[in-house]
Amino acid sequence: MAIPESVFRPFRTGEAERSDRVAGDRARHREKVREAIRDNIADIIADESIIGQDKNRIIKVPIRGIKEYRFIFGESSGGVAQGNGETERGQVVGKQDGDQDGPADRAGDRPGVDYYETDVSLEEVIDMMFEDLELPDLERKRLRHIESERNFRRHGFRQKGIRNRLDKRRTARARLRRKQAKVEEIDRPRFPFHEGDLTYRHITTDVKLESNAVVICIMDTSGSMDTAKKYLARSFFFLLYQFIRTKYQNVELVFVAHHATAKEVDEQEFFYKGESGGTMISSGYKRALEIIEERYHPTLWNVYSFHCSDGDNFDSDNPKTLELAGKLSEACNLFGYGEIKPLGPRYYESSMLNVFRQLDLDNFQTVLIERKEDVWPSFKALLAKERLPAEGTDG
Amino acid sequence: MAEWSIRELEQWDRRIRDIVAEFGLDCFPQEFEVCDHNQMLAYMAYSGMPSHYPHWSYGKSFEKLKTLYDYGVSGLPYEMVINSNPSVAYLMRDNSLLLQILTVAHVYGHNDFFKNNFTFASTDPEYTLSSFKARANRVRDYVEDPTIGLEQVEAVLDAAQALSMQCRRNLAIRKESAEEARQRAFEAAQPVADPFRNAHSEKEYVAPDLRRNPPVPDDDLLLFIRDHNPYLAEWERDLLTIAHEEAQYFLPQMETKIMNEGWASFWHQKILEQLDLPPELNIEFLVRHNQVVCPHEGSLNPYHLGIKVWQDLDRQCTERGEGRDYLFEVRESDRDSSFLRRHLNEELVRDLDLFQYGPEGDDLVVTEVSDEDGWRRVRDALVGQVGSSSLPVIRVVDGDHQGQRTLFLEHAHDGRDLQPEYAEKTLAFVHRLWQQEVVLDTSIGGKQTQLVHNDRGFAVRAA
Repeated sequence: MAIPESVFRPFRTGEAERSDRVAGDRARHREKVREAIRDNIADIIADESIIGQDKNRIIKVPIRGIKEYRFIFGESSGGVAQGNGETERGQVVGKQDGDQDGPADRAGDRPGVDYYETDVSLEEVIDMMFEDLELPDLERKRLRHIESERNFRRHGFRQKGIRNRLDKRRTARARLRRKQAKVEEIDRPRFPFHEGDLTYRHITTDVKLESNAVVICIMDTSGSMDTAKKYLARSFFFLLYQFIRTKYQNVELVFVAHHATAKEVDEQEFFYKGESGGTMISSGYKRALEIIEERYHPTLWNVYSFHCSDGDNFDSDNPKTLELAGKLSEACNLFGYGEIKPLGPRYYESSMLNVFRQLDLDNFQTVLIERKEDVWPSFKALLAKERLPAEGTDG
Repeated sequence: MAEWSIRELEQWDRRIRDIVAEFGLDCFPQEFEVCDHNQMLAYMAYSGMPSHYPHWSYGKSFEKLKTLYDYGVSGLPYEMVINSNPSVAYLMRDNSLLLQILTVAHVYGHNDFFKNNFTFASTDPEYTLSSFKARANRVRDYVEDPTIGLEQVEAVLDAAQALSMQCRRNLAIRKESAEEARQRAFEAAQPVADPFRNAHSEKEYVAPDLRRNPPVPDDDLLLFIRDHNPYLAEWERDLLTIAHEEAQYFLPQMETKIMNEGWASFWHQKILEQLDLPPELNIEFLVRHNQVVCPHEGSLNPYHLGIKVWQDLDRQCTERGEGRDYLFEVRESDRDSSFLRRHLNEELVRDLDLFQYGPEGDDLVVTEVSDEDGWRRVRDALVGQVGSSSLPVIRVVDGDHQGQRTLFLEHAHDGRDLQPEYAEKTLAFVHRLWQQEVVLDTSIGGKQTQLVHNDRGFAVRAA
């Protein structure tokens, strides 16, 4: 039987470059992935590798694929596979996937868990996270203003400017005008652009001003704050730091580290250095109050203070701490206390949450952080636009 | 550009076609299109179709393929053929001359298989490209229609794609219409002419339930919903039709994966042996061929399994002193399940060292090996998991359960449980399309269970 003549269609470069026919479906899929990221942001935040990253870096987030559900068989069904020639009954050939999220991609024809990576810059993730959050109760105060938004607006034209603001249409028009005006030498073959023809768009910046604000981060760095606790505290402050830096142009940040004594430190030291010693929480509050007194008087400033500690305070220090916390709340628009108590077989530790319960003030909020998954919800509870009731305040 | 030209390929193709004709393969006219790796990834994402309706799942599929490709986890296939008349195949621009020759030969194997295997008879290959294009246009029209829009189309397509493989498995058997089924039920219930009716008491007449819908359990879930949910809009029905038709087109390829790949590999080997390749090409051929058909320990390589069975059949024919007529018969009248059941013999099972495994605690443990006692059980287990048997059979039993317009589905349990999370989520899709309570009767861990999805959400109850 003769085989009919076949056709060969050679590669056409233009075609390949022109038609990215998957583009639409990729974009739509990407949108869905974004939605999924937004829904699972707490999981991504809980990932250690995120904390402390440079925010311009592109991170590859392994995304558990948007699943395409169908009726499929479960893992327990087993199957048939090929061996190396020496397979025997009872031989272990693999592990059951304990993960309930889907059958493993192994020996057979079932759809595996779809893992693939997608490029998201940390900044994008942060933007998505902070969409609905803001510093609560920001009041209009006198004196200094912070720039909260900076917009660029077109504002007329100039003869001088940078290259990418060149307005080609106006430049060409200016040249034509000049050509029309030059009656005598109209037959010149070339009529080049003159420097005077060049027209550039002029841009001005619009600055929206808001009241000035300062955020005071107070962290317990005493000996009882072990690595796990410090990690949780730092995650919390990292979020806070990113949040302030993303949403506000000019909010000031002050870092206070305390154990039995407190001192103001810089960002680097605050996030990366460890200390040890006993715990006197009051010392941190005292230092914060001093800073407020000296530099950020509450009549002129919106003050926000956040404190993270394991709550393992010297008992004798509690009354003083309570008193200073009250004072600090008065001075601040919001004072948030996060207690870090990782779960685990630990001996009973004292908790400041019980002590702070006596302090019944609207702008004093406490949260309990037990695991890394709690960091984001607690953070959200403190700063959500619609103030959620702060959760998990039981010690 | 690689070290070959189109003219060279055409020359090789001419020689290959002569050999193909000599071997007696029977092909559609063949078209080859040269593409680069990005185009290849795109074709793969859309199962080879040059036009296809848009859906995010193809974007996902592309992303996944690209990730795997970029990280070198998996390469690209050398070839991709689609079942149409004329047949269309894609060749990767950056492949070597030998790979192109190998691919061309392989493609004729698939081409012959598509044209002659009985499962493909229902696919209308003359209209493949145009019907895919027409479906794509319909979906795009709905997306652009301001009264419908992307969100709504997507909601229906998501659900329809999830259910599209819940359809009849053997398309060569004509589907009985509801009237015919009722007629049959009615006739079956009539008393037969009994010559000895005086000798024993007459059987009591039980009137058949002719109002039941469907009269017999229906495999085509999407079609049943389309035809019996009066609240669906015309465009929603059309989307269900589209998803159904597409599944029907791809079903035969799923049903014959092992046979088809084995057949194409068997023939590309025979063809290349006849080509008298120069030594350097011949060595590359041996390397590439072995890469394609090598066994995958701990899983199953359909190319390997397929070519082994075909080679064994070929050997038997030769030993009997016959030509290859029998081979051509088998390629016409079998599908993976029957092919393996009939032709995977003890020797082969042993030679391949196939084994059956199952869970034991956290581990997967070999439960059966291919020795004298076990090989039949291993083979039967394999037959039970190839082709569409890798998907559970779920049938519509009643479209008006308890007079409440509840959709009652039954899972024909064959010893394999449903994956619970997937079952729950997929049932939600059924509910979305049926717009009324749906019940799925299945067995979980040996207990008869009903999964329910209604306006209040999902629930599990003991049957």
